[in-house]
Amino acid sequence: MARVLIRSLNKYYDDFHAVKDVNLEIRDKEFVVLVGPSGCGKTTTLRMVAGLESISSGQVLIGDTVVNELPPMDRDIAMVFQNYALYPHMSVYDNMGFGLKMRKVDRGEIRKRVYEAADILGIRDYLGRKPRQLSGGQRQRVALGRAIVRHPQVFLFDEPLSNLDAKLRVQMRVELKKLHNRLNTTAVYVTHDQVEAMTLGDRVVVMRGGVVQQVGEPLELYNTPVNRFVAGFIGSPAMNFASVHVTNGTSGLRAGNTGLAIDVPAEISSRLAPYAGRDVIMGVRPEDLEVANGGDPPGLCFEALVEVVERLGAESLLDLQVGEQTMVAAVEPNVRAKRGDKLRFALRPERLHFFDTNSEAAI
Amino acid sequence: MIEGAKWRRWVYFYIPLGAFIFWLLFPFYWMLVTSVRPDRELYRPWMAPNYTPFWTAHPTLVHIIDLLTETLFTRWMLNTLFIAIFSTVISLLCGVFAGYALSRLKFPFAGSLGTGIFITYLVPQTLLFIPLADIIRNFQLGDTPWALILTYPTFLIPFCTWLLMGYFKAIPRELEECARIDGATRWKAMIYIIIPIAVPGILSAGIFAFTLSWNEFIYALVFLSSAQQKTVSVGVTSELVRGDVFYWGQLMAGALLGSIPVAFIYSFFVEHYVAGLTGSVKG
Repeated sequence: MARVLIRSLNKYYDDFHAVKDVNLEIRDKEFVVLVGPSGCGKTTTLRMVAGLESISSGQVLIGDTVVNELPPMDRDIAMVFQNYALYPHMSVYDNMGFGLKMRKVDRGEIRKRVYEAADILGIRDYLGRKPRQLSGGQRQRVALGRAIVRHPQVFLFDEPLSNLDAKLRVQMRVELKKLHNRLNTTAVYVTHDQVEAMTLGDRVVVMRGGVVQQVGEPLELYNTPVNRFVAGFIGSPAMNFASVHVTNGTSGLRAGNTGLAIDVPAEISSRLAPYAGRDVIMGVRPEDLEVANGGDPPGLCFEALVEVVERLGAESLLDLQVGEQTMVAAVEPNVRAKRGDKLRFALRPERLHFFDTNSEAAI
Repeated sequence: MIEGAKWRRWVYFYIPLGAFIFWLLFPFYWMLVTSVRPDRELYRPWMAPNYTPFWTAHPTLVHIIDLLTETLFTRWMLNTLFIAIFSTVISLLCGVFAGYALSRLKFPFAGSLGTGIFITYLVPQTLLFIPLADIIRNFQLGDTPWALILTYPTFLIPFCTWLLMGYFKAIPRELEECARIDGATRWKAMIYIIIPIAVPGILSAGIFAFTLSWNEFIYALVFLSSAQQKTVSVGVTSELVRGDVFYWGQLMAGALLGSIPVAFIYSFFVEHYVAGLTGSVKG
């Protein structure tokens, strides 16, 4: 059990600056997810923690030890790879026991630990098989088992679920969560899937272009994203963005463009006041767009043309034309909209997000 | 497999395959027939009424017995075996390490070194034997098996290195990384993980190296002079052709017996060998 501390971590590949000044504290027993689009430096960061990539500058501490110069084997970590990386010439049992064998653990103990892990993962019946005789999900379990038997200080996961089909991925996600609750070991998990990040992480680290954008609990990222990137990355379907012009009207600030014009709610006015006369980006999540009923304040309503209706069962997604931009609304399945309908939508003031056009930071 | 009517399968598959097999195996048949043909049939003119080129009515083992008792053929076989095994082992050892290093380790000039090794393989032996002859003479290795054991690797090592380099590259890097996290040093990861997985590749490199050294002719011809030291390929052709007299029966028996070890090795390892060449690593 240990915390992982990352201080001013940098990675250069020749001229390419892959990881830029990452600072992060992963607390003992915490499950932290690094998430971001491909090439954002999340995997490189993980591999530096693992010792598989050299560190250009900065420090990585596991427990209280600076591990920069320690080889992977001495860091007391276990890693699960995207392609499982099972040793094809060894049986499941030998795969799981390999790490312990390398560490000269005695045979009885290896046997005990392998059986224990196999029971947790439900793979006891496959211990004699070779990896190629297993299905994707079973291989994934073996890869997990290989990590568990080691009783490491830290688990590292590099997109472990992305080779599984959608259904199995959801199932394994739940199992991973259960497993973490049971083992209570510090874990760092890399994924490009924001749903995985939100469901698994005690805290989530969003990265882009080698830079940490935001660190926070899943709902914190969802409710108060620090910039447009995080806002657009977290949540599915993605947040709608519209460029709006802020004007100082008689009854307070107004924000609008060709398709909508709203009274800026009082709680945001103070923050938005300096932007009067300029453009800002307004963000609203599809699930926060509601079909207006009579009681909504007219200053927060707008009209939209329904272009496509996607019925998902639990909800319906409406592709809307609002002036010159398109938006997506996630509405109750009982909303009877069809293509070409004009619908009136209401915005909820506390669910609106505004971002600076240039810096894209939240206002 | 070819779909459709039966005749299509015959026209496009069996007949071409049959012709190919015939083309390929006929020389061996010819060797076999000639080596068991009595001398009086061998030297019969082709216009003779009882001329039977494709079979013999009176098979005899006399040529084979002569070859084994009257000539140094067994000695040549042992020489060749010794030289081929020794140079194959040397080349495989070097090839495994060099191939691994070139495919896995990052070090300056790794790329150009790889290309350099490949280029040495492209230098024709017919040119290389001249400087090599000088070296062999300086080290006073002429007319000893060591002359060949040390010179065969000059073309075997580049060959093995390149074949294995490709094979090592096909093994996912994560396997090794995982092993290193699991507690193996780079050395142990190579011994326990990479080499066992690369066995088909190593076997095919070994078979190739063995065959190349078994069949090698020029170096053996140049570097060995006494009949005692010769290899099969040189011994048979130099000792059984005297001036313009060809001992056809013994020549062919020698060729036939000489190709048995290679054929044996191929048939024994054929599955691994194919897997090695197609570079399949089953995950």
